[in-house]
Amino acid sequence: MASLNPESSNGRYAIEAKDLNLYYGDFRAVKDTNMKFERNKITAIIGPSGCGKSTVLRAFNRMNELIPIYHATGEVIFNGTNIYNDDVDPVEVRRHIGMVFQKPNPFPKSIYENVAWGVRKVTNYKGKLDDIVEQSLRQAALWDEVKDILDQSGLALSGGQQQRLCIARTLAVKPNVVLMDEPASALDPIATLRIEELIQELKKDYTIIIVTHNMQQAARASDYTAFFNMDEDRAGFLVEYDRTTKMFTNPEKRLTEDYISGRFG
Amino acid sequence: MSVTPDEALSVSPADAHEISAEAAKLSRRHFVGKVWQVIFASSTLVGIVALTTLLLNIVNSAFGYVAVENTVQPEHLAINGVPIERMPKEDLVAVLESHVSAGLMRRFENEIPWEERTREDVYNLVLERVVDPKPVAQWSLYESLFTVDAIRQEMVERYPEADLIFKSWVTPSFITSPQSSNAFNAGVRTAILGSLWTISIAIIFSFPIGVGAAIYLQEYAKDNLINRIITLNINNLAGVPSIIYGILGLALFVRLLGQVTSGAIFGYTDPMTANGRTILSAGLTLGLLILPLIIINAQEAIKAVPNSLRQASYGIGATRWQTIWHHVLPSALPGILTGTILAISRAIGETAPLVVVGASTFITFDPDGPFSKFTTLPVQIYQWTARPQDVFRNLAAGGIIVLLLMLLSMNAIAVLLRNRYSRRI
Repeated sequence: MASLNPESSNGRYAIEAKDLNLYYGDFRAVKDTNMKFERNKITAIIGPSGCGKSTVLRAFNRMNELIPIYHATGEVIFNGTNIYNDDVDPVEVRRHIGMVFQKPNPFPKSIYENVAWGVRKVTNYKGKLDDIVEQSLRQAALWDEVKDILDQSGLALSGGQQQRLCIARTLAVKPNVVLMDEPASALDPIATLRIEELIQELKKDYTIIIVTHNMQQAARASDYTAFFNMDEDRAGFLVEYDRTTKMFTNPEKRLTEDYISGRFG
Repeated sequence: MSVTPDEALSVSPADAHEISAEAAKLSRRHFVGKVWQVIFASSTLVGIVALTTLLLNIVNSAFGYVAVENTVQPEHLAINGVPIERMPKEDLVAVLESHVSAGLMRRFENEIPWEERTREDVYNLVLERVVDPKPVAQWSLYESLFTVDAIRQEMVERYPEADLIFKSWVTPSFITSPQSSNAFNAGVRTAILGSLWTISIAIIFSFPIGVGAAIYLQEYAKDNLINRIITLNINNLAGVPSIIYGILGLALFVRLLGQVTSGAIFGYTDPMTANGRTILSAGLTLGLLILPLIIINAQEAIKAVPNSLRQASYGIGATRWQTIWHHVLPSALPGILTGTILAISRAIGETAPLVVVGASTFITFDPDGPFSKFTTLPVQIYQWTARPQDVFRNLAAGGIIVLLLMLLSMNAIAVLLRNRYSRRI
């Protein structure tokens, strides 16, 4: 079994995609993607609907494989190991590369259990669960709101709180990278702002890749921005990838400028 | 130019025409809606009427006046003016001896010697064997309530010897007594126990297998042609007439596995059940019958678990089994339980397959394990309705009430279980 231990690597890049092609059956959803994600930075992936940004994101923790007709070619290097190697277990990949979804999806369990379940069942954490639950909820900026109602159902929280609970749940298993698939798109503006602030806090400890529909969000919250677009054959491809400040002020490609200025998409 | 309010509100003739046309259209739309509402309401009404008729019909037979005629009038049994109510035990034995055959006396003696029997016991034997009250005529609840005079008239003309009593056929003793050829002593105890035994075996057999198959088909199996054919066939199996399952059970459990279902290979030898027509065979047959139902219901329940829950679990690095065991199954459990109990309710009411597998129509002893002979409530009811004497129709009505109560309480348990498990989340 290849080791995905995050301590085994401290290079500049957390994840590196090489010649990544993603298919649903015969349909190529994303083609020839090469990109590197810098450690402890926030990278936003933007692009029009259907350009394959979520597919790319889910390729980084092999989440796509839950769809039977999906397959990938190319490499995704995480801590020096290609996670698509035959000897890599996708379960192990997902434990190190966590994911937050578009719609808040807490487990139908208590708030405490939502965070503790993964720690108990997935990691070999031997310390006290109470401590890690508190720590994770604090990291997700939710502790003060829920510390007295830890035994209540996670589903009883508001949408924004639920999403922060999902973030806490992801952080509790101590991942290296956190993938976020439009984490704020189902939330109101205030809850969205809180999530964005939270993401800024989290980049101290985690590498964050976030897919977003919202260009202002990408401009506000990310260090790097990648712009995907669709080909004539509907395959998504990486148009431009650079520092967010440059992308939004002085993009290299005409296509990027058109998209960012709202001329299509 | 200023516009007065009157002018602003005034409507030109052309506009007025348009508005009234619009209003006519609207009332027409409302009318169509009303018509459909009435149609739907009457569909519901048909169902309610059918159900009420069924219940009234049963209740009508289960209660009512009965004309009872004693084979020997108790007054005629008095010795030296002492009526049997006040006789000592020895005299009661003498009365018994003078009225029943010597063979029967020996059988009583063999069961429990006379010295050990209580006076009460002997008194009951006299009532049962000598006085032997028999129903000669019975009336429905409706007749009993509204045509009492006609009944009394008929009593005087046709049954001068008989007593008229108002009888409820569902009594505590009806539930606790075993089967009997005398309608007054007959009960459903053996049948209830038989039903409970067979159902328990059916559940033990089909619940784990059914839920397991559902988990496999829903969570593991690839969506390919073979698995689609399997699912289609399970759906078809759920619609196969139950008698076919009876024939399958007969061939498989009674004939082929007779050694197992009769208990012979476990060293259980009883010549009466050596043919494999036992509770075990019946339970397994019912298990086969409800297996497709349980699979389908469990599949639906598992399918209804939102995919986002599975993703949440996979997303933090849980394995497929952890996802299924800790998240999918708990969420699907209320649905699985409801489906299972509905399947069981169906199995409780099944008659045909059990008749084929070999339910006994007349047994008076309780089943004492999976290898005993059996009868079940529906079989018992069927047997009563098939009897020539009218009075057993009333017993059948009583049996149906007991069966309905059993079904109702099972459904109540289902609802309670479902609420309990859904509230936990």
